[in-house]
Amino acid sequence: MKKMTIAAVALSLGAVTQPVYAQSLTAAFASEPSSIDPLYHNLGPNNATRKHMFEALVGEDENLGIVPMLAENWSISADGLTWTFKLRQGVKFHDGSDFSSRDFLYTACRIPNVPNSPSSMAGFIKSAQTIEAPDAATVTVTTAAPYPLLLTDFASFGVVSASANGHEGPVTYSKGGCEGIASYPDSNAYNDGSAAVGTGPYKFVEFVPGEKIVMARNDAYWGDAPHWEQITIRPITNEGARVAALLAGDVDVIEKPPVQDLERLRADPKVNVVQGASSRVIYLHFDHQGEPSPMIEGTDGKNPFKDVRVRKAVSLAIDRGLIVDRIMGGLAVPARQLVPDFMVGTDPAIALEEPNLSEAKRLLSEAGYPNGFKLTIGTPNDRYINDSKIAQAVAQMLTRAGIQTDVDAVTASVFFNRRNNYEFSLYLAGWGASGAGMASPLRALVASQNKEKGLGGTNRGRYSNPELDAVIGEALATVEPAKHKALLAQASKIVVEDVGILPLHFEVTPWALRAGLTMEPRADQHTVLTTVRPED
Amino acid sequence: MLAYLIRRFSQAIFVMAVMATIVFFGLYAVGNPVDLLINPEADLAEQEATMRRLGLDRPVHVQFGYFLNGLMQGDLGTSFVHNRPALELILSRLPATLELAFLGILIAVGLGVPLGMIAGLRPEAPYSKLIMAGSVVGFSTPNFWQGLMLIMFFAVFLGWLPAGGRGDTIDVLGIPVSFLTWDGLSHLILPAVNVAIFKMSLVIRLTRAGTSEVALQDYVKYARARGLSPRRVIGVHILKNILIPVVTVLGLETGNVIAFAVVTETVFAWPGIGKLLIDSIGLLDRPVVVAYLMLTVFLFVMINLIVDIGYSLLDPRVRIKGDKA
Repeated sequence: MKKMTIAAVALSLGAVTQPVYAQSLTAAFASEPSSIDPLYHNLGPNNATRKHMFEALVGEDENLGIVPMLAENWSISADGLTWTFKLRQGVKFHDGSDFSSRDFLYTACRIPNVPNSPSSMAGFIKSAQTIEAPDAATVTVTTAAPYPLLLTDFASFGVVSASANGHEGPVTYSKGGCEGIASYPDSNAYNDGSAAVGTGPYKFVEFVPGEKIVMARNDAYWGDAPHWEQITIRPITNEGARVAALLAGDVDVIEKPPVQDLERLRADPKVNVVQGASSRVIYLHFDHQGEPSPMIEGTDGKNPFKDVRVRKAVSLAIDRGLIVDRIMGGLAVPARQLVPDFMVGTDPAIALEEPNLSEAKRLLSEAGYPNGFKLTIGTPNDRYINDSKIAQAVAQMLTRAGIQTDVDAVTASVFFNRRNNYEFSLYLAGWGASGAGMASPLRALVASQNKEKGLGGTNRGRYSNPELDAVIGEALATVEPAKHKALLAQASKIVVEDVGILPLHFEVTPWALRAGLTMEPRADQHTVLTTVRPED
Repeated sequence: MLAYLIRRFSQAIFVMAVMATIVFFGLYAVGNPVDLLINPEADLAEQEATMRRLGLDRPVHVQFGYFLNGLMQGDLGTSFVHNRPALELILSRLPATLELAFLGILIAVGLGVPLGMIAGLRPEAPYSKLIMAGSVVGFSTPNFWQGLMLIMFFAVFLGWLPAGGRGDTIDVLGIPVSFLTWDGLSHLILPAVNVAIFKMSLVIRLTRAGTSEVALQDYVKYARARGLSPRRVIGVHILKNILIPVVTVLGLETGNVIAFAVVTETVFAWPGIGKLLIDSIGLLDRPVVVAYLMLTVFLFVMINLIVDIGYSLLDPRVRIKGDKA
């Protein structure tokens, strides 16, 4: 905690000293977690915060590869239906009680029973038919069909303590609802600290909404001892205020420093800027269904994006390298597939698209639009790094190729509502892939919408390709890693060749720290303060 | 007097009802909060389940019916984001804002009135011209910019004061206040000055205009001729007669600071209700926004009432009448 003390009289010029507690760290987050409850709200700031206090069964490293966490190792049966997790021994909760398989079962039971959850974790345990605890150190999970993403799902939610939630005695998990658990505490029990008991490197101290979250080092932590005795997370939503707080020495780390200030921050000897590749792809999605499509004019009611030649022309007209250089100031990596190469499931043989204006024009003529058409791109203007500027650059590039393009940039709350009502013919959005790699955008963005199978949830272009669906379906039912990977790469190739969706670039995430500190950037863009260390 | 109060309260209730209705339907038209709150990985079934859980799957008139029903029982709804009653959420943030508003107003009046009177009594003096020039800068530059400049100068350049946030608080009657600790006060100064600058400029100009007018009135000359000390002439005879416009404006401005100190609270990351409002609008957290604006209307009506009563104390000619309000 930062203490400011005023020496001498209040407003005299008495110097304010600011004692530096070497072992405490304060970070400014760009948005505040809505709760301390790790199971309440499945969204970035909450998940980043929970990683300090609550640990998942398996973890994800900086590049979202699966690593052992509360489970030390695991195995899968020959038929691919039964997973056996061996739990780490000697792990203690913050209240001193032992962590055991019972707590994992309790966590699974509570997930669908968090009152008023605005974004439930239920999807992460959906595939599990049974979850059992043969002994205190073992968890077995069965699935109805082989399911390769189980580890990623289990890496996504923190395990809570059954006893701290007021449940003593054994837990029996059943999919429809667990029996014998009188009631589940709501998230306020976590916000006031009474149930906020995890196994993580930091313990809950205090949560003052809008102001701060304070955590103290867990000296009984099973893993590497955390560096800082105390860490504080402060929500500072305004980016200018965040930079000012860093420069004034109020905070030691800020996330999402404004892109336009990065050059200045890099030049400042008091600041260290750290950046790393993320799994977030910025993409354009076509309207594959509407006829006429809502924001296209001059085609006599036809939807040109149903023609692969037009989609290919759009791709060729866009100079991704130029966008990365000029608009993103290098804070991006050009993309053609939906996840970067360090993740599972890309096809290394697919090269980046070289812009080719004459070929784009030729394809447009061939498709029957020698004079192009009129188009409006939808984009949010406050959601992704430089989102509306990217859309404007794309619009200029398309106009040069003969498609007269305007931009309709609106605030995120309006944009996502309109997008989900299919009001755009071409829209810009972003997708941060989970540790599932290629499988994550494939099943959400380009698989045909299918409520029963849980596919196409964010496929608001309504792209539907039976050949692709078959490959995705097979990949999602193949547990053997090499085969799973090959199928994902095959699906990625189909999407690229059919231009089902148009990836532009992957965001690079910057953090700014007080000089002398450094941290490990994470591909999921989460700010995890356990990796912040003094520079050697 | 009683009839007058009853009338004012029923007016307030009417305005609150109209406001709540407009805001409710307005936010419904903007969009669906679930689109913003839910993790993008959630599939279609989960999206629908969340809408059901938050009661957003029903037609808007049904949702409004539930809202009215709750209102009758004094329940303004539960925040979609925080899962806490909206009113409780707002009230928990209110002390921070009140503290900021009152210190800001105190600075504005404490400095603004004397400076304005100096400028009004000696209009030709160079320091009076300086005061007036300063007041022009004060209310013509954007609040946001002033805040950033204060931070850059006092926090980043000089390093005297923290750049934002709320410092240590101690509980007084269960309410956390920060002005009683050094740490808390040091966090409070810059945002309070930021709030005060605009009001102070306004007060300076109103006071100066009043002073230069009143100073020439016969009763002031008579008071001087009677040999009263300049201090008494200025402090009683002039001051009392220039305060009516100042009180009116300050009343409205106090309401403004409490309800819409959004800019200052954002720039200084001050955990007050203005910041809560902005965050809630951004996430379409309808119960919080509706409750907030209803509370704001109530607050404005109350402040106007206090101002009206203040008039009658300052100027005996103003009498509160029950028959026409």
